[in-house]
Formats: sequence, structure tokens, C-alpha cells
Amino acid sequence: MDPLSEYIRGITRDNPIFGLVLGLCPTLAVTTSVENAIGMSAGTAFVLVCSNVFVSALRKQIPSAVRLPIFIIIIATFVSIVKMIMQAYFPPMYAALGVFIPLIVVNCIIIGRAEAYANKNNVFYSFIDGLGISTGFLLVLMLIGGIREILGTGQIVTFDYTLISLPINPSVTTMILPPGAFLTIGILMAIVNYQRAKKRAKGG
Amino acid sequence: MVEKALFAILMDGIFIKNFLLIQFLGLCSFVGVTKDVKSAAGMSGAVVFVMTMAATVSYLIYTYVLVPTKMEFLDLISFIVVIAALVQLVEFVVRKNIPSLYRSLGIFLPLITTNCAVLGVVLLNVSSEYNFIQSVVFGIAAGLGYTIVMLMMSGIRERSTFVNIPSSVRGLPQAFLIATMLSMAFVNYFWVIPI
Repeated sequence: MDPLSEYIRGITRDNPIFGLVLGLCPTLAVTTSVENAIGMSAGTAFVLVCSNVFVSALRKQIPSAVRLPIFIIIIATFVSIVKMIMQAYFPPMYAALGVFIPLIVVNCIIIGRAEAYANKNNVFYSFIDGLGISTGFLLVLMLIGGIREILGTGQIVTFDYTLISLPINPSVTTMILPPGAFLTIGILMAIVNYQRAKKRAKGG
Repeated sequence: MVEKALFAILMDGIFIKNFLLIQFLGLCSFVGVTKDVKSAAGMSGAVVFVMTMAATVSYLIYTYVLVPTKMEFLDLISFIVVIAALVQLVEFVVRKNIPSLYRSLGIFLPLITTNCAVLGVVLLNVSSEYNFIQSVVFGIAAGLGYTIVMLMMSGIRERSTFVNIPSSVRGLPQAFLIATMLSMAFVNYFWVIPI
């Protein structure tokens, strides 16, 4: 295994949203804007990398019968840290993400990676895997957030910088309301499936 | 804070802040177990029970153990432990009494522990500073809202199994497109009614 291909795998084949189909709740709930998407992915990335490293370092000591409760306690500890840091230093972001910061603790991506990867591999590769999966998560969240924000408000504003501003505001308000999230991810998933089927047909 | 009427909390939990369609909590089971009505109903029953119990027990723990000892920062960890214990209890009961349901739910029964809807109820109760009765009512309401949407969704999906659609839309994308319609209906009908 070389580290770079392990990192890329987290973005492409094992992409948390389109490959593994895990962690849908935060994906849909916080992607009303690119800014929220970045904040959420940053929190998730910290927890994922830390828990992967910890679980992997302790994998010989953890008895396999009680491993799930132990994983959850490890994850909950890091989530509490993220929650307190966000509350103290980024109060507007914390208010916008609301209940979804503490809910990182039940994000299936994190416990899924602890069980499927960190529990079987060494610390270095678990670290790389955590980084790769987090990057995949960030890219998908930014994509969905970008689509919804630009269709809903006509511009993308991230941390007070206007990145893109459309000449005409389409103002499809539905896109930043809950139905827009379901619609966006449904269409994106259909496109991903189509591309995969085409690739398979070409490969024989 | 103004005391919120129980009826308002009930309506809030079932329709206006519906957990699946408006707040996006508990989506894994929403797309995972809604392939047929029977397992959706079984799953909803288990979730209603766990949600109500979790709302009750965690309120007691938060108010009478964590607040007096000034250990509110341990809330997340203690809630998770409470929920995990409750799910274990439900699992024992279902496996012993309804083995067929146990088999059809499969992995999703232990996964109620990591169902964000259950932890979401508990956390929302704490953040909106509900008292004991309000917490329990909100737990029941959220469970009922979950049940209604699960039944609607599984009914639609069961009937649309043989619909002629492109193969790349079949499965998850189709489920999300159905959810779009349902969510649109919920947003438009229930957000205009002031309570």
C-alpha cells in the first residue's frame, strides 16, 4: 500500500457519501451554504482523524467483545472537545450548525471507519485514511452546498468574501429549504450511478 | 422563557419540525428500511419506544445528576450510554418475542444507538430547556412524526418497485426523489400554519 493511493481512495472509491453512503444526515442538513459545509467538515475531519489514530493505537488492547462501546466513548470525547472549541471561538458557526455538532458522535462515517479500517491497520495508515475520507466528505459537502447556495440566493458568500455572483438571481428558494437537499443529492447520486455503469460497460 | 403549550410541542414534533423530512435526523434508517411496509412499521415501533424512554431517562439524569454536580460537559457521553443500554433492552425483547421481525430489521436494530434521531431528541430537549412533561411529550411527538413519514415512504416505495425508470435512478436516487416530494408537501403545508 502506498500512502498517496490510500489518500486518493478516500476521495474516489471509498467516498463517504457516494461510495459508502454513510453520514447522510449532516450532508443534507448543513449544506444550505458553502460556509456551513466547510465548518461541518472541519469538525468532522478533526474527530475522524483523532479517533482513527486513537483506535488504531489501542487496537491490540481493546477486547473485541466490547469494542463498539469503547469506540463510541473515544469518539464522544473528541466531539465534546470540538463542541467546546466551536462554542468558544466560532459562536456564529456554532449557532448555524446547531445540534449537528454534538451529533457528529453518531455520524456513521466515523464509527464505520473505526470498525472497518482503524481496527485492522497501523497508526500511520489510519491517519492517512482519516485524512482521505475527510477530504472526500469536504468536497461533496462543498459541492452540494455550492449548488444549493447559488440556486437559492444567486451568489456564494464564504467568510465575507463573495466568490461567485450571478448576474441574474434565480432565487429558487426551495433549494435552501429542506426539499432542495433531497433533490440535489438524488440527482447527484443518479449521475454518479450513471457514470459508474458506463465505466463498467467500457471495462467489460 | 415562556412555557410552551403541550399541544404546540406535539404539533412541532410531528409535523412542523418533522425529524426525517425537515430536520434530516435519522436518514440512514429512512432510506435503509423503507423497502417494505412491515419492516418500516417494526423499526418505527422500536424507535418510538427508544425515543420516549431516552427522553425520559436522560432528562432525569441531566437534571438530577449532571446539573447538581456541575458536570454538564459530560452530557453527550452519558446520553449515548443511556441510549445504548435502551437499545440493548429492545434488542433482547424483540429477539425473544418476534424473531421474524428481528431477522428483517437486521443490522438496523443495533444501529438505533447511532440513529441521530434518538440523540437529536435528547439534545433538542436540553437546548430548548423543556421541563419533564414537555421533554416526554416531545419525545413521543418526534417518534410519531418519524412513524408517519416511514409508513408513507415505505408505502410509496413498495408500489413503485416495478416502475419503469432508467437503471441509474433505481434504488437510492429514486428514494431521494420521492423524499423531495414528501418534504415539499411538509414544508408547504405545515410552515404556513401559525401555532
